[in-house]
Amino acid sequence: MSKPNSYRTGPDGAGRFGIHGGRFAAETLMPLILELEKEYRAAQNDPGFREELDYYLKHYAGRPSPLYFAQRLTEHFGGAKIYFKRDELNHTGSHKINNCLGQILLARRMGKTRIIAETGAGQHGVASATVSALFNLPCTVYMGEVDVERQQPNVFRMKLLGAEVVPVNSGSRTLKDALNEAMRDWVTNVDDTFYIIGTVAGPHPYPELVRDFQSVIGEEAKEQIMAAEGRLPDTLVACIGGGSNAMGLFHPFLDDAGVELHGVEAAGDGIETGRHAASITGGRPGVLHGNRTYLLQDDDGQITEAHSISAGLDYPGIGPEHAWLHDMGRVRYVAATDAEALEAFQLCSKLEGIIPALEPAHALAHVARIAPDLPKDHVIVMNLCGRGDKDIFTVAEMLGVKI
Amino acid sequence: MSGAIGGAMGGRARIEARFAKLRDEGRAALVTYVMSGDPDLATSARILAGLPAAGADIIELGLAFTDPMADGPSIQVAGLRALKAGITLKKTLAMAAEFRARDTETPIILMGYYNPIHSFGVEAFLAAASASGIDGLIMVDLPPEEDDELCRPALDAGLSFIRLATPTTDDARLGAVLANTSGFVYYVSYTGITGAGSADADTVGGAVARIRRHTDLPIAVGFGIRTPEQARAIAAVADGAVVGTAFTDAVRDSLDDGGNATMDTVDAVLNLTRELAAGVAAGRKRAAS
Repeated sequence: MSKPNSYRTGPDGAGRFGIHGGRFAAETLMPLILELEKEYRAAQNDPGFREELDYYLKHYAGRPSPLYFAQRLTEHFGGAKIYFKRDELNHTGSHKINNCLGQILLARRMGKTRIIAETGAGQHGVASATVSALFNLPCTVYMGEVDVERQQPNVFRMKLLGAEVVPVNSGSRTLKDALNEAMRDWVTNVDDTFYIIGTVAGPHPYPELVRDFQSVIGEEAKEQIMAAEGRLPDTLVACIGGGSNAMGLFHPFLDDAGVELHGVEAAGDGIETGRHAASITGGRPGVLHGNRTYLLQDDDGQITEAHSISAGLDYPGIGPEHAWLHDMGRVRYVAATDAEALEAFQLCSKLEGIIPALEPAHALAHVARIAPDLPKDHVIVMNLCGRGDKDIFTVAEMLGVKI
Repeated sequence: MSGAIGGAMGGRARIEARFAKLRDEGRAALVTYVMSGDPDLATSARILAGLPAAGADIIELGLAFTDPMADGPSIQVAGLRALKAGITLKKTLAMAAEFRARDTETPIILMGYYNPIHSFGVEAFLAAASASGIDGLIMVDLPPEEDDELCRPALDAGLSFIRLATPTTDDARLGAVLANTSGFVYYVSYTGITGAGSADADTVGGAVARIRRHTDLPIAVGFGIRTPEQARAIAAVADGAVVGTAFTDAVRDSLDDGGNATMDTVDAVLNLTRELAAGVAAGRKRAAS
């Protein structure tokens, strides 16, 4: 594959990033998917849309999020300078609100009167329930039974926000099955319902529009690091389930050749055990949930179950743009295990006074591996994309603590 | 290509021959959807073998998939039963070939989701499917926008690619949906997943009339048809009635507590087929009179 002039021009008209992406959707949904694309193009050309989104990002979500120099972790690792992009400080506690605000404004443009969403860790569900409350639209969130169990605080949050949470008991009862069930709802209620997909996956134009709504992370980070260091960073690090926080951080930097990009997948019990959620490291291209991308699947093309301590990373696929960036060699995809993430989770809490979500704890686990051997003037920006309050029960259980 | 077993009459030609015969007989087709490998491979093969004599005119053979996004609980669970019993794409094709060795006239349409075929490799799959006597494909997650993936190669290989038209497929889009469709058109009677709703014959009749203005192909209607009475009503307004969930329900209800096939499993499916076939036959006679 030859190197493109720019990594930022995708997708093409068919929604492809190289061989990945596309519109692998049921016919019932196709007219709506095409309408969504049309409406999104109109919104992109409407200064009023951007203005309204910026207003809510600033005054409701609390953007821009700070870029914070993690001095104690930097000293602890003894190598590269580590900065955190503090997206856990957003309203609702993660980067998910960026995308939900964008999509609900689209839903309103399209005259849709009902919101559905899928959620893994519950962060996207909470963000969807939040914007639905804000704009007075009924919201139904699909969540795997396993995730309902391990993310009780977020389930309760969603209910407080007025959303209906539907536990999904099919398949592996995690994020992938929640997505299936949301798609089934969508195909049934296609006339009045807007599906707020939480990550950079699904049929075109979802991967593109979710990326665009999340790119505010990277755009801010770029300005902030220029202000702090007077130059671009050397390495960006972000965790990847579907990959929306990573895509949001990476995309504005894709054409900055000097910036290395590292995406961290969930290695669960370890890649070699087969019990993991690392679709690039341990999967191959296939078609699921409306797009072609790297998937965990068996020899017969049946989707296999993902495993991760982090409900937000527990997905057997990855956004199609990541799949392409992997094929092109622009982003380096690595993995961190449950145990490594758990250690990073505790380290960050103790040294920085920040309890990270288990998802970015995977990113920090990778930072912990690379930072010590890098020179002191090497600048790493890591996306701290969610806060860990929701995970304290899971972590306590892993540590054998009863709370 | 024509397979050795399928012969010159395979693929699209076999589907056309079947609809021509039904036209001569003045009745609509009963199209039966059964999940390949459900509840186990041997029982599934016996069901398949018995369907034509029980009155199935066309067989849709369900290709099991872990994540059937357009299917309701009954077909989801049937697929999982089949996967648990060890079904694969290869074994599904072998089952079709075994059927084809004894029946050269009843069309078999493979219905499912794209990923197992994507994984198998499109070229290898089309060769194997033709050689196994598969005549057509219905792929839920391959709309016209993705025709280069499988639709065009399948047509080149002599197989039919049967498209789903739905209540949301407006006139502007119908042309694209019908463009590469062959064999017949499958009209989905409501917006939703399989087994969740009920087909309304009046609404369906209007939709079928609308599609007829755009194509000469036979139009079969599926989703929401489970009783002989519903089959009769749909057969009066369309060229075929497709029944799926009622069959996966019949299999499920026949199983023992351990989820295994019983003496009744094959009969449960074939008796339902007989009843539905009678309904379909009554529908067209009434329409003619």
